[in-house]
Amino acid sequence: MPINKELKKILVIGSGPIVIGQAAEFDYAGTQACQALKEEGVEVVLINSNPATIMTDTNMADKVYIEPITLEFVTQIIRQERPDGLLPTLGGQTGLNMAVELARAGVLERENVKLLGTQLTSIEKAEDRDLFRELMRELEQPVPESTIITTVEEALRFAEEIGYPVIVRPAYTLGGTGGGICATEEELKETVASGIRYSPIGQCLIEKSIAGMKEIEYEVMRDANDNCIVVCNMENFDAVGVHTGDSIVVAPSQTLSDREYQMLRSASLKIIRALNIEGGCNVQFALDPQSFQYYVIEVNPRVSRSSALASKATGYPIAKMAAKIALGYTLDEIVNPVTGQTYACFEPTLDYIVSKIPRWPFDKFIHANRKLGTQMKATGEVMAIGRTFEESIHKAVRSLEIGTHRLYLKGVEQLSQQTLDQRLIQADDERLFLIAEAFRRGYKLQQIQDLTQIDWWFLDKIERLVAFEKHIASESALTFETLYEAKRLGFTDRAIAELRAAGQPSGSHTTEDSVTQLRKEHKLRPVYKMVDTCAAEFEATTPYYYSTYEVENEVVQTEKQKIVVLGSGPIRIGQGIEFDYSTVHAVWAIQKAGYEAVIINNNPETVSTDFNTSDRLYFEPLFFEDVMNVIEEEKPVGVIVQFGGQTAINLAAPLQAAGVRIIGTSLESIDEAEDRKKFEALLSRLHIAQPKGSTVTSVDEAVGTAQSLGYPVLVRPSYVLGGRAMEIVYSDQELLKYMEEAVNINPQHPVLIDRYMLGKEVEVDAICDGETVLIPGIMEHVERAGVHSGDSIAVYPPQHVSAELKEKIAEITIKIAKELKTVGLVNIQFVIYNNEVYVIEVNPRSSRTVPFLSKVTNIPMANLATQCILGSKLKDLGYSDGLWPEADHVSVKVPVFSFAKLRRVEPTLGPEMKSTGEVMGRDPQYAKALYKGLIGAGMKIPNTGAIIATVADKDKEEAVELLRGFSSLGYQILATGGTAAALQAADIHVTTVNKLSEGTPNILDLIRNGEAHFVINTLTKGKEPERDGFRIRREAVENGVVCMTSLDTVRALLNMLETINFSSQAMPSL
Amino acid sequence: MQARLLLEDGTLFTGKSFGAEGELTGEVVFNTGVTGYQEVVSDPSYYGQIVTMTYPLIGNYGISRDDFESIVPAIHGCVVRRYEPVPSNWRAQYSLGDLLKEHGVPGISDIDTRMLTRKIRQQGTMKGIITTSAKSVEELAEMMASVRVDELHNQVARTSTAHLYHNPGWKERIVLIDFGAKNGILRQLNQRGCDVVIVPHNTTADEIRRLNPDGIQLSNGPGDPKDVPHAVETISQLLGEYPIFGICLGHQLLSLACGADTEKLKFGHRGGNHPVKDLATGRCYITSQNHGYTVTESSIAGTGLEITHINNNDKTVEGVKHTKYPAFSVQYHPEASPGPQDNSYLFDQFLDMIHEHKRQNPQKPRQAELMAIAKGEL
Repeated sequence: MPINKELKKILVIGSGPIVIGQAAEFDYAGTQACQALKEEGVEVVLINSNPATIMTDTNMADKVYIEPITLEFVTQIIRQERPDGLLPTLGGQTGLNMAVELARAGVLERENVKLLGTQLTSIEKAEDRDLFRELMRELEQPVPESTIITTVEEALRFAEEIGYPVIVRPAYTLGGTGGGICATEEELKETVASGIRYSPIGQCLIEKSIAGMKEIEYEVMRDANDNCIVVCNMENFDAVGVHTGDSIVVAPSQTLSDREYQMLRSASLKIIRALNIEGGCNVQFALDPQSFQYYVIEVNPRVSRSSALASKATGYPIAKMAAKIALGYTLDEIVNPVTGQTYACFEPTLDYIVSKIPRWPFDKFIHANRKLGTQMKATGEVMAIGRTFEESIHKAVRSLEIGTHRLYLKGVEQLSQQTLDQRLIQADDERLFLIAEAFRRGYKLQQIQDLTQIDWWFLDKIERLVAFEKHIASESALTFETLYEAKRLGFTDRAIAELRAAGQPSGSHTTEDSVTQLRKEHKLRPVYKMVDTCAAEFEATTPYYYSTYEVENEVVQTEKQKIVVLGSGPIRIGQGIEFDYSTVHAVWAIQKAGYEAVIINNNPETVSTDFNTSDRLYFEPLFFEDVMNVIEEEKPVGVIVQFGGQTAINLAAPLQAAGVRIIGTSLESIDEAEDRKKFEALLSRLHIAQPKGSTVTSVDEAVGTAQSLGYPVLVRPSYVLGGRAMEIVYSDQELLKYMEEAVNINPQHPVLIDRYMLGKEVEVDAICDGETVLIPGIMEHVERAGVHSGDSIAVYPPQHVSAELKEKIAEITIKIAKELKTVGLVNIQFVIYNNEVYVIEVNPRSSRTVPFLSKVTNIPMANLATQCILGSKLKDLGYSDGLWPEADHVSVKVPVFSFAKLRRVEPTLGPEMKSTGEVMGRDPQYAKALYKGLIGAGMKIPNTGAIIATVADKDKEEAVELLRGFSSLGYQILATGGTAAALQAADIHVTTVNKLSEGTPNILDLIRNGEAHFVINTLTKGKEPERDGFRIRREAVENGVVCMTSLDTVRALLNMLETINFSSQAMPSL
Repeated sequence: MQARLLLEDGTLFTGKSFGAEGELTGEVVFNTGVTGYQEVVSDPSYYGQIVTMTYPLIGNYGISRDDFESIVPAIHGCVVRRYEPVPSNWRAQYSLGDLLKEHGVPGISDIDTRMLTRKIRQQGTMKGIITTSAKSVEELAEMMASVRVDELHNQVARTSTAHLYHNPGWKERIVLIDFGAKNGILRQLNQRGCDVVIVPHNTTADEIRRLNPDGIQLSNGPGDPKDVPHAVETISQLLGEYPIFGICLGHQLLSLACGADTEKLKFGHRGGNHPVKDLATGRCYITSQNHGYTVTESSIAGTGLEITHINNNDKTVEGVKHTKYPAFSVQYHPEASPGPQDNSYLFDQFLDMIHEHKRQNPQKPRQAELMAIAKGEL
């Protein structure tokens, strides 16, 4: 069918901020879709509130709106732009929900906008539990016994009837928010209550638990001519019961015979046909391991996280095809971009095995509940490709960057058998390693199968890996045969050396270098195979490679000079999509400069790992050995490390030591910025002020230093990412507790102690070519120092910084950048305290704020930085030293958190970063920009309502004045004892409510019942009420009530409300 | 144990043995299916071939009682990147290695199968020999060369049933001419209640007439259709008299019987992901395929056949039907096993064709005639 000529202008809805359950995969999908639409000459209008995305670059769409994805704003854009069609299936659940809202509000009909890809009725059939089950019954597709409930009582009654355990799934929520498996009445009560609250329609599905079955997924596509194909199927390593986003997944399925494979394939096609989807769809099944019995678990009528994985796993660009199908193309007429000679209407076939492992945030949230269930908790994922499961899983493990590169975690030997068994039964993020540990302890396969319900096939592989580890450790002299087999099983040289050092301390080859040496003597090098969608049946030219130890190398080298760019690996708190954004821009700049750009990365969700992005993509771990192998293959003229976050920076030293040329800011400069002592010396040489502090290597030294600096002090381990394990401590006791819990202090792992200054934080990103320093802009943080910069609301241009101070900041930035001989990007964080500028931190690399600042200043920062790295001079590019003129719009970057998904995580903001994503608000007026930012971040800001305030004594004075402001805007103030008394004393109308200890109804009930719209709660350190405060904050985030833990945020909100609302005041009496 | 695979062009792969000991020569081909190795190794169409599975992990789910396409594997060797000796599936009864050993089929693992596949893609299918012995490369090359042409060209006779047998049903009587038929075809006919009589490849037209069929199913089978001229003759005699449905080799034989020609493909189509376009509707179907020969497109004109299906990738002929007679055929495998089940509707079309043919050619009851014969009146 030819393209639908009526579609001249199409609106694409993005997925908004990165949250758990909805990450970078939608930037990848959206970017592909926008490109595909533009290719066809369609005018593309894009809305997405997330500035840290490639899709919101102005060259990706004809019109880009970085505005809140709410009914109000999207409607306005539709009125303004009058698009012919709306493509809702590429923006995740957010995009889909928005489309449903627009349709229900009659906007689409009124404005004559056609819904493309999937019709409203199909979305409803797939998403509404009742309609879905009805459809499955019609199609004779089995679903587990279940019922839809809207009250806790109904849930209890049903569970009584079908028996526990049951699964609770709230309707229309993301990543299973608010759901879970319940084995008891108590658990069910709690889960259902929160599930009903999370569901926008107050509905939950209660379902018979089918935990323990195999979980299988199919990615399906269909066009308007009813052509249907399966792009990929996947099998979860973890049995049903662990959210698929939290499961280790392999593609293709491994334990299904053709009959089972085809049975589920046919079922998938039947479902996509019945839903009349034109585009992509994901179908999840549970398959009984002992029969042909299966159940349909879920259908996603849109591009999803799994489809991004399937695209990267097969090379088949699902989002691109979905966009073309939406325009009216059929699969049989779209050329397969991978082969260039066959068509998109076929089913990709793999000749490798892909493993995906989720990346969880538990290294940051040490108190979070790490158990895995139906609620997704991972922030990102890694993917690895190998020719055996062992090779593939080993590569995935070392891509995770969790301090191990094989199936071993430090300290697992110390677990008691009871703990080990328990943790094998109840999956958590470390189970893969615990299974290996169980085998090391001699557990039998059957025993582990009984405990974990993981398929024999996977367990057998792990058992054999453990056995092979023993074999490696058993040879007094390492033989070539063992080395060869080890490499084919994916062991790193370091792993082989470690195993040998433990097993044969006096044997040969106990160091990484000596193993590498032996490997080189035997000319044992990996070859690179191509991902080509067709298992080599057709010639392909995709520059998409993975390594393996076999015979034929498929990389065809060219004469052109090459630059290797190291990616940033999986998305985690502190290292998010912002780094991928910069990586992609660096690649484009390299290509424009006439070089070939080579990417090494392992994150399947990103644009950088789209094989169309670079000249060559190596889907490999960012582990020294793997990176070195690629470099030896490619022989680049230089390697760029400054765009890949701390992941890439950490590789700089070993790479340089191995003779690799790092281009951009030198390793010595990086070290000078990151090494505390050298950094202090640098600043004092330049006469730049910094908070007093020092590096300590023992607990005693720490206490001494803290006392001499004076409390409060800021403590953190050196070389950290995103403020990991950083804390403000107020006393010796707190310091000792910190030393005991958070860090393992020793001379190799020093701890930094700084005086803590309660000032205004300001941040700068600058570009330097070694001579000229361009400062695109200064960002002011709303929350004062002490709240991690990534968790602060950032405002550009600064609203409360004098011209004089800005000048000073620019001056310091120029000095530091030049002194560090920066070539590329540098990020500097300042604190302004008593009108004095102090430097807190210098990051000699691309930072989190680069995409935001690039967009608001219109300076292509990563691009310019790359040009500098390649030898261009800023002067020649038309730039000179200093601060770029400020834009006339105000832009606000608001952090977005995923607290609701992580039980037991403390929502209070502090020096340790907690946000998972960001949105941007932009407007000529600061207040409106802030409003857009807060709304875009998901805050509900009613014009009237109630505010609950419980603040620490130290904050009372300040809080009272702020609450007076809210009161005069007409908000009702609710407060507990102390705070209420303070308010009454200040003559502010307040309703006193019960503390937790004062019986019901108390403050938690008010939150739970939706009687409060904002919660203001500041942390009281080290006292018993801390726990009350924690419960209040948790109750708020779990109920979707805005919870502010910094009075600076409160002030910003108040100022904003005062600007956009009216207050009524009596005339002053004469 | 070590195993080696030597190709006609001199390339030698050294790996491990997971099948029977000894040597076997065959044409080296590759199959791109991720699942379905049991069906592939037992599919008679692979007779005499050394089959490389492009998916690297083979053996994962073992061998089950139910998934055979014929009782005895017909292949001459199995090549995999990694053989998984420990099967995991509730239906697994033994391992792929055991099956190959039992039937004297060599298997080689741990070689670069992607390299082998690329070689075949670039150079076309070629002969190869798998050995577990220590024989020299020269010796092996000689053995390979000495394998008689006849042995690789008389496959249909070797895979077809030697005797007629009956698979009773209660509906249409189908005569299935067995050129090396997969069980899948029989399963499809059985599911629809057909009364199936399976006859050897060299059954004559008269013998078939005596079975009084409602329709004739031409099965798949190995090798070059031109090696079975007697079948071409038989089909041409039956054409028009009975509804005919041909699959794979049966499709090629029907085409030859109508006067079209066939040719060898460079490396064939083997796998479960090939797109076939139905020219009447424009719809594309994902199909299961296994063939090294194809009907020559340019030879169709004037034969009374018309092309109904083409391969959407290389545009080769995938289906024909006769414009005058009730006969059609497809190059791919509507019976799947292994592969997608999307095309089983073709068996329903066959039955519809039979019913239509019956409506148009009502059989006169023979009662009166029989009585007359008995009384000597005729």
